[in-house]
Amino acid sequence: MARCKRPIDELIAEAFQGSEFALGRLLSLIEDGGAAADLISSHVFPYTGRARVIGITGAPGAGKSTLNNALVKELRTGDIRVAVLAVDPTSPYSGGAILGDRVRMASHVGDSKVFIRSVATRGHLGGLALSIPQAVRVLDAVGFDWIIIETVGVGQVELAISDTADTTIVVVNPGWGDDVQAAKAGLLEIADLFVINKADRAGAEQTKLDLQQMIELKTPTPTWQPPILMTVAIQGMGIGDVAANALRHHHWMEDSGRLVEQRDRTLWLEVENILTQRCIGKVRKQVQQTRSRSLRASFADRQLDPIKIANEIVDLVD
Amino acid sequence: MPAKVLVAKPGLDGHDRGAKMVARALRDAGFEVIYTGIRQQPAYIARIAAQEDVDIVGLSILSGAHLSMTKKTIDALRQAGANDVHVIVGGTVPTGDTSKLLAMGVSDVFPTGTTLEELVTRCKALVATSPEV
Ligand SMILES: Nc1nc2c(ncn2[C@@H]2O[C@H](COP(=O)(O)OP(=O)(O)OP(=O)(O)O)[C@@H](O)[C@H]2O)c(=O)[nH]1
Ligand SMILES: [Mg+2]
Repeated sequence: MARCKRPIDELIAEAFQGSEFALGRLLSLIEDGGAAADLISSHVFPYTGRARVIGITGAPGAGKSTLNNALVKELRTGDIRVAVLAVDPTSPYSGGAILGDRVRMASHVGDSKVFIRSVATRGHLGGLALSIPQAVRVLDAVGFDWIIIETVGVGQVELAISDTADTTIVVVNPGWGDDVQAAKAGLLEIADLFVINKADRAGAEQTKLDLQQMIELKTPTPTWQPPILMTVAIQGMGIGDVAANALRHHHWMEDSGRLVEQRDRTLWLEVENILTQRCIGKVRKQVQQTRSRSLRASFADRQLDPIKIANEIVDLVD
Repeated sequence: MPAKVLVAKPGLDGHDRGAKMVARALRDAGFEVIYTGIRQQPAYIARIAAQEDVDIVGLSILSGAHLSMTKKTIDALRQAGANDVHVIVGGTVPTGDTSKLLAMGVSDVFPTGTTLEELVTRCKALVATSPEV
């Protein structure tokens, strides 16, 4: 890339002072990974933990972006700052992506306290991009009060969002109750709030009944029953309820100690993931080295045994 | 890392068929394309470009207002601190206006009739170079 190279601490300082350009550049560096990303992450970490993080997930076209747009409007009172990370899928064929969630969020472009960033999955599965937790922390550090993450449109068990968000909103549409049971299991588990969007369409009440039944069937969390809310996001109807319940859930998370617990669990998981990635690198290197040292060795004559070789290599990986 | 392009439609004309075709072609060539929808104000296009940290801002203009719209967008980009962003213009641009756009700081111009293949090739070449500021 031919972009100007700017010192990272300069960018960080400017982002903390409110420069959207500097913040945008920091988020790119985070997305690209590597040493710059690590540096930024370590630098901002002490300033994180203040923002409330909401995840919005649901099937393609369920109305996530439209709901997101309306929710931002609802949360944006006074000096409250809201950031959005909108994730869309990378094409597996070209590596490119069309990031279109912004089209539905155009009404905030004149609001200086709303920051929206589109993110491509770049091959990562689970409805998010690999860099999302780090991007959230950058936004948290520079002072956003709410951060909303919109996942790619997912049909079923894509659970990553519930680790990263404090409150996960699952968006469904009328008629959802007719789907195959198995497809819903994952989303049922992660929903802190259910939103039946497009409630202007037929079947909303029935879907609510179906959902209620499914929630009762599943072992209930001791003190949190996910509320089922109805919205017509495109008209801004029912959004006040969504915001109020998101806040109520956040307070419940705080008061019950779950917020600290969940965030801790997620961060330890991140430590594990970082180490796993590093180990994979070391293992690959060691295997390559062993292979090139025994150049003429081949498995063809069955003299070598993969298990024995692995046992020999494992001691070499430190 | 994929390069990022903002495909924006400033001004009042409401046709975005061409802009969408360009967006898809760039996606298929490996670009991450942010599409904003129609009728964007130049100041807001600059703000989106900053938030998204794009390599290229592509303006699709059919209304004939390409000179003023482009000038306003470039001014707004500079004000936002986005000095290293390429601006390209596509749409109904009379031949005589191309040099005027380039003089304003536009990196490339794609008048109606430019093939998508040509556009993709030239965008790829652009992101390999820094814009002249
Ligand atoms: N009738 C009706 N249509 C809606 C409502 N909310 C959203 N839509 C429409 O549903 C379509 C999809 O909305 P989006 O907000 O883009 O849905 P999404 O879930 O973000 O879609 P992806 O990001 O592509 O998965 C759009 O045409 C919206 O206008 C609603 O409450 N009622
Ligand atoms: Mg969307």
